[in-house]
Amino acid sequence: MNEIVEGLLKAGQLILSLDADLIEISLRSLRVTLTAVLISSVIGLPLGCWLAVRRFRFRRFVIATLNALMGLPPVVVGLIVYILLSRSGPFGVFGLLFTPTAMIIAQVIILTPLIASISHQAIRDLWAEYHDLLISLNTTRRQRIATLLWDGRRALLTAALAGFGRGIGEVGAIMIVGGNIDHATRVLTTAISLETGKGNFALALALGFVLIGLAVAVNLIIHSLSRTERSGRW
Amino acid sequence: MVDLPILPLTVTDAVVRRRGKVLVGPISAELETDGLTIVMGPNGAGKTTLLRLLHGMERVSKGQLTWRVPEPAARAAQAFVFQTPILMRRSALDNVAYPLLVHGVAKTEARARAAGWLEKVGLADSGSKPAHVLSGGERQKMALARALIREPQIVFLDEPCANLDGRATREFEDLLAETRAEGTRIVMATHDIGQARRLAEDVWFIHHGRIHEAAPAEAFFATPQTPEARAFIQGDIVE
Ligand SMILES: Nc1ncnc2c1ncn2[C@@H]1O[C@H](COP(=O)(O)OP(=O)(O)O)[C@@H](O)[C@H]1O
Ligand SMILES: [Mg+2]
Repeated sequence: MNEIVEGLLKAGQLILSLDADLIEISLRSLRVTLTAVLISSVIGLPLGCWLAVRRFRFRRFVIATLNALMGLPPVVVGLIVYILLSRSGPFGVFGLLFTPTAMIIAQVIILTPLIASISHQAIRDLWAEYHDLLISLNTTRRQRIATLLWDGRRALLTAALAGFGRGIGEVGAIMIVGGNIDHATRVLTTAISLETGKGNFALALALGFVLIGLAVAVNLIIHSLSRTERSGRW
Repeated sequence: MVDLPILPLTVTDAVVRRRGKVLVGPISAELETDGLTIVMGPNGAGKTTLLRLLHGMERVSKGQLTWRVPEPAARAAQAFVFQTPILMRRSALDNVAYPLLVHGVAKTEARARAAGWLEKVGLADSGSKPAHVLSGGERQKMALARALIREPQIVFLDEPCANLDGRATREFEDLLAETRAEGTRIVMATHDIGQARRLAEDVWFIHHGRIHEAAPAEAFFATPQTPEARAFIQGDIVE
């Protein structure tokens, strides 16, 4: 109990003093995860939409695979990315291992199936509603996808936010491919893991509160941005 | 829109099957350039399927539809109003403007024309409302405006008043009469005999997926030729 209070106090102290390390680590956490969410959304949202609209032979198989990939253990993703990026691996020449880029790559692999799968479900429902109208109006496939993405944008935003939530709290994969190097690849989750290991529970907890605060803040900001839009009342 | 007349439409021995079962057909019929045809029949008779067939939304497993012009052009000059209005998650105005937008009209012009159509159907004040807050009657009027905005030569309506109360039905019928007066060909399904009597110029009576009778409205109501049609007009239950 004491430690929680201490952690809260310490968190307040770190934040109020604008602790340089804390700010650096927090910004890196945000940068890595927001970049990963952005890339995963660019891939996952249209993919989910496309899977909802397009009928093709292996569609069910692709969707099942996607859903299975959603449950991919991050540690395994980290391991695979590690092997691929390590100096003897196929992408070793790029020297990406233990860089934020490697962490972003791992997170993209973890988040894309999640975002694609959630958006697929949302768009599939919307497509069921719109189907007859869009067919009757002779829309092209591209127009259908554009319409569904636009009219389903709130659900898609939720998908992206779910991705953010999963990414910002993720530790297994980025620990492996990032290496938790001070001033290079250390982020909030890996720092928490490290401080806990060293027995610095108050500091670890403080970092934990900052992490939660960040996650909540990003959610609130994005939601309020989308709500100010007039047609967003759906 | 398409300037060349797409009517008449000739349907020859068209059959719609699903999972091996014949839903509608074989149908042979002709839609002339002018008129208001009511497709009448009990629930499950195949009215919806027939309208979708005519509109090109059902694949025919046999037979064919022949418009006066080739298919893509013919399709572009048709519109469909569904039994349950499809509400896009947009304002009423943007719902009505949508068909113009997907056919290359600039946004401001599309919106201006949509506003004109909303006014025409009596929804001038509802343009900025999200479509889902409209009442049942308003929704269907919005759907009608959306169907008419590209000035189709023919509009198919599938029991548009099935879920409306008396007043909303009358208002909708008035709009239909206006649409008809402006020269748009109308084909409408209904199982409401009163509505059929009020609007029909000719009637297709359909039962078990086949057209049992196709006749001018007066003749149909005065002297129905089949026992099923006679029973249906009298308000008996037709199975
Ligand atoms: N998607 C479908 N799959 C299988 N049968 C259907 C489907 N849609 C309609 N039917 C059947 O086709 C027949 C005609 O239906 P429908 O055209 O909706 O009739 P109506 O509009 O006159 O009530 C009914 O027997 C119905 O059960
Ligand atoms: Mg029907």
